[in-house]
Amino acid sequence: MFSTYDTFSAPSFWQNGPSPGVIYNFPGSQTGNSHLFQHSQAPVTTATSIVAITFNKGVLIAGDMLGSYGSLARFRNCPRIMKVNDNVILGAGGDYADFQYVKDFIDQKVIDEQCLDDGFIMKPKSLYCWLTRIMYNRRSKFDPFWNNFVVGGLQDGEPFLGTIDKLGTSYEDKTICTGYGAYMATPLLRDAMDKNPNPTEQEARDLVNRCMEVLYYRDARSFPKYQLAVITADGVSIEGPLEVKQNWNLAHMIH
Amino acid sequence: MASVANPSFPDYSTQAPTQHMFSPYADNGGSVVAIAGDDFVIIGADTRLSAGFSIYTREQNKLFRLSDNTVLGCAGCWCDTLTLTRILKARMQMYEQEHNKTMSTTAAAQMLSTMLYYKRFFPYYISNILVGLDNEGKGCVYSYDPIGHCERASYRAGGSAGALLQPLLDNQIGLKNMQNVTNKTVTLDRALAVVKDVFISAAERDIYTGDKIMIIIITKNGIKEDSFDLRKD
Repeated sequence: MFSTYDTFSAPSFWQNGPSPGVIYNFPGSQTGNSHLFQHSQAPVTTATSIVAITFNKGVLIAGDMLGSYGSLARFRNCPRIMKVNDNVILGAGGDYADFQYVKDFIDQKVIDEQCLDDGFIMKPKSLYCWLTRIMYNRRSKFDPFWNNFVVGGLQDGEPFLGTIDKLGTSYEDKTICTGYGAYMATPLLRDAMDKNPNPTEQEARDLVNRCMEVLYYRDARSFPKYQLAVITADGVSIEGPLEVKQNWNLAHMIH
Repeated sequence: MASVANPSFPDYSTQAPTQHMFSPYADNGGSVVAIAGDDFVIIGADTRLSAGFSIYTREQNKLFRLSDNTVLGCAGCWCDTLTLTRILKARMQMYEQEHNKTMSTTAAAQMLSTMLYYKRFFPYYISNILVGLDNEGKGCVYSYDPIGHCERASYRAGGSAGALLQPLLDNQIGLKNMQNVTNKTVTLDRALAVVKDVFISAAERDIYTGDKIMIIIITKNGIKEDSFDLRKD
């Protein structure tokens, strides 16, 4: 983990001390950058929550299309749900550049596996496990990918839904929401799943649409335009851009 | 960019940008309790995985079967747990293929200590409790700190409610601070009842413990798994 900074000039005698041939003024002698390796960045262009749910025949993943630059709603057409192959879909929140980088090498892996031409196709648990290792490796180098990933798909005919965060923390569940969705959409989804543990596709769609609406009302980094990915045995479809149906009739009563 | 403020040594402040520190660890909670008897050992762990005030999932098994008579319970940083248990399982398999026999519980206990200490300066932030039957068929419990200190005990609580539960086990299983008691060994039924009771108590006071417990009982006849519901709030 040594810095490659300034490898050509002689190193200073000691840290914060005088260098040969350089005027030394004490105190406040430090000039230029520190010799520390810049390990981790903060996220720059970010995407907010992902909402995901399993239903009787597959998995649904939704995410809006806003790329925020801090509090600025900078990019308004950022798709962040990808089809990996006919078995797997992937949603991402957090830093958009990191997502695009990860997307590139996932796409490359899919191509590599297609080239093997052995009839095998990546399953969701494989991608989930692989991404967990990638995220954990990067966090161990103190240079994390600043993302939350949600992997959905069909594992041997059974719906699979799992998530990975920037540390490499991963878990599976029947409902998964990241970002502010974890606070606002998860309670809605868990409540619905308790009452009806095996929803149909239409019931799941209604639930997710409702969650996107609630999130749009309260998450200041959200956007009314979103994508909805559905994976079933029939294949993958990424729908959108869809519009949140808004109703502000109650707004004047809320202070 | 703001200069780095050092109130004690203002002369040493620099123009370097303030660093946004990234923490590689998370506290994902969870509790593990294990009790050993003469011919059995029992280990339980709750199934709540959380961070801060969020519950990630209510159904996360934290007990890992390393062999037919060794089980590891983990609580703490979940990403470290995933990594450690993955390497452990690989090492168990390598041992089996190299020596043509399954690793004993005592050997696995020593190996875990070594593996934790290997990461001494970037530790796995996990509270581990490893249980099994020793070479004489007696139940054994090994507990660890994150950097590999290992101790054999006959009962142990670890994880987020560890400090809450250990004194309770000292009293109920270790029979500490009790008068007029004869020191008799714990039975399986008693141990199972105590495990369930202590988790009910922990779920009342510790927000990182709840939802459900998975229980594994190891006897000479093999492994038995059980579960028990806790409060889900």
